[in-house]
Amino acid sequence: MNDYRSGPVGGALSGGPGLREAGFESGPAAISAMGLRKSFGGQVVLDGIDLEVAEGTVFALLGPNGAGKTTTVNILSTLITADGGDIRVAGHDPAREPEAVRRSIGVTGQFSAVDDLLTGEENLRLMADLGHLGRAEGRRRAAGLLERFDLVQAAKKTPPQYSGGMRRRLDLAMTLMVDPRVVFLDEPTAGLDPRGRRTMWRIIRDLVADDVTIFLTTQYLEEADQLADRIAILDHGTLVAQGTGYELKRRIPGGHVRLEFADARGLESAAGIVGGSTREEDALALRVPTDGGVGSLKTMLDRLEGGGIPVEEISMHTPDLDDVFLALTGHPETGKDAPR
Amino acid sequence: MNALSLWVGDSATMLRRQLRHMQRYPSLVVLLVSVPVILLLLFVYVFGETLGAGLGGPSGGRGAYADYVTPGIILITVASVAQGTAISVAMDTTSGIVTRFRTMAISRASVLTGHVLGAMTKTMLAVAVVVGVAMLVGFQPTATALEWLAAVGVLAMVSWALTWLTVALGLVTDSVETASNLPMPLILLPFFGSGFVPTESMPDWLRWFAEYQPFTPVMETLRGLLLGTAIGNSAILAVAWCAAISLVGFLWAKALFNRDSTH
Repeated sequence: MNDYRSGPVGGALSGGPGLREAGFESGPAAISAMGLRKSFGGQVVLDGIDLEVAEGTVFALLGPNGAGKTTTVNILSTLITADGGDIRVAGHDPAREPEAVRRSIGVTGQFSAVDDLLTGEENLRLMADLGHLGRAEGRRRAAGLLERFDLVQAAKKTPPQYSGGMRRRLDLAMTLMVDPRVVFLDEPTAGLDPRGRRTMWRIIRDLVADDVTIFLTTQYLEEADQLADRIAILDHGTLVAQGTGYELKRRIPGGHVRLEFADARGLESAAGIVGGSTREEDALALRVPTDGGVGSLKTMLDRLEGGGIPVEEISMHTPDLDDVFLALTGHPETGKDAPR
Repeated sequence: MNALSLWVGDSATMLRRQLRHMQRYPSLVVLLVSVPVILLLLFVYVFGETLGAGLGGPSGGRGAYADYVTPGIILITVASVAQGTAISVAMDTTSGIVTRFRTMAISRASVLTGHVLGAMTKTMLAVAVVVGVAMLVGFQPTATALEWLAAVGVLAMVSWALTWLTVALGLVTDSVETASNLPMPLILLPFFGSGFVPTESMPDWLRWFAEYQPFTPVMETLRGLLLGTAIGNSAILAVAWCAAISLVGFLWAKALFNRDSTH
């Protein structure tokens, strides 16, 4: 199981350092970070991560709360400075040329960044004014985005009258007013109901069609898989894997099988027979990663039967973030502490 | 676009935003004006007769006290609006919109200048209301047009200084409640100066503080301009205090706003 945790995954970094010397304009990377490090008061939050996002693609940073996702976004979007690492966003170093980076990016953070005292339309016009777009152009773009994000009815209302999904859409529309080339979305669907989530996914997919580069963070494997060209998995400040959704899922093929036993003795002996499993002591259950194939399942059950261990109940689970972590790091998702 | 025109343009945008807020949420301004108005009515109608007699002037009584107390009440108005600024700065910075501004290619200073200019607009409106009420309850200024203009200038100066200070106070804390408490001493300061009674009537130790604290020269200057009392070196002291407070407030606010943080 631990084969995947060692070092950067082969082929994850497509461009290599040569491309930066060639200059951003001709290179394919909208975002690149090498050896990105950040600590807060002695606590290491990012411990040397390497990532590269090609122009016009969607990149998902997947990880539990506290893994360092928001810190990464904050560094790349010029909000905080890194302790170390070589970073380029739209061809510029966020620490040395924050203004140049800010001219190319748009950020929709985890927490609502709309003005509650302004109407939806006024919020968009505020962005237009700050983007120095000019009156007519600002009005035109605001109208277009209200239409596109299904906010026409809400244009004259203030955000406290909005639903969670509408508020999130307005937030993103404000980000898009100034036509950013690189968009950061920090947990864009956190707290949304399934319908709101699906609407947001559709909007994000449409953005890609406009050739915008998207850097999104999420806690949901499904979301990353649905939206991203490449996914990097962050755990305790290090990237444990990087690749396409297909590549990652191949490593966590069928999620896991959950076996329940009648007593602790059954659990104990089963754990001895089935390698790479995790115990849920309280539930007298065993989680066994599997490729989902019938053959391997049969082999496992045969071995349990051969050992004379009765299985009370058996259930299959499709992969979720827990499985990804189990498969890639050898430990279950642990970072369920306060969001960072 | 160069830095200066960027700053001017973005500050204008931010000021428009503040004015829109004031229009959407007028109750905040009403609330801020109510503090000085209540104090004015209390001091003129409840204590006015006695305190006015104690002033030792030729006319004495309530009318004389209304004249005497109005400059102090004006300063309380300025401080009260400044307190509102600390609250709105704290609300802004905790709400995420300022985080958005920080990621945009705008003049960063404009976020703060917008607050300061908005607060000064509010101050002028609030003071106009308070002076109106004061005139209704017996305040009889003797100022010429030029003296009124100078008084407005003094107000703008002190409002500018206190606002920068309270912008910093609004940035220094993460909580709106704390932000609303921190500027409290500013509202009390006129009491421990020449705002409500002449400093000569105070015990020595308090008198020393009252005469050297920043609000006293400002109130004496306003009193001189509006009522024709002697100004002496108060005007110079008022300018010096305001310049010093503005500078400290501005540098402090700037440092707080630019610190490496995401709130």
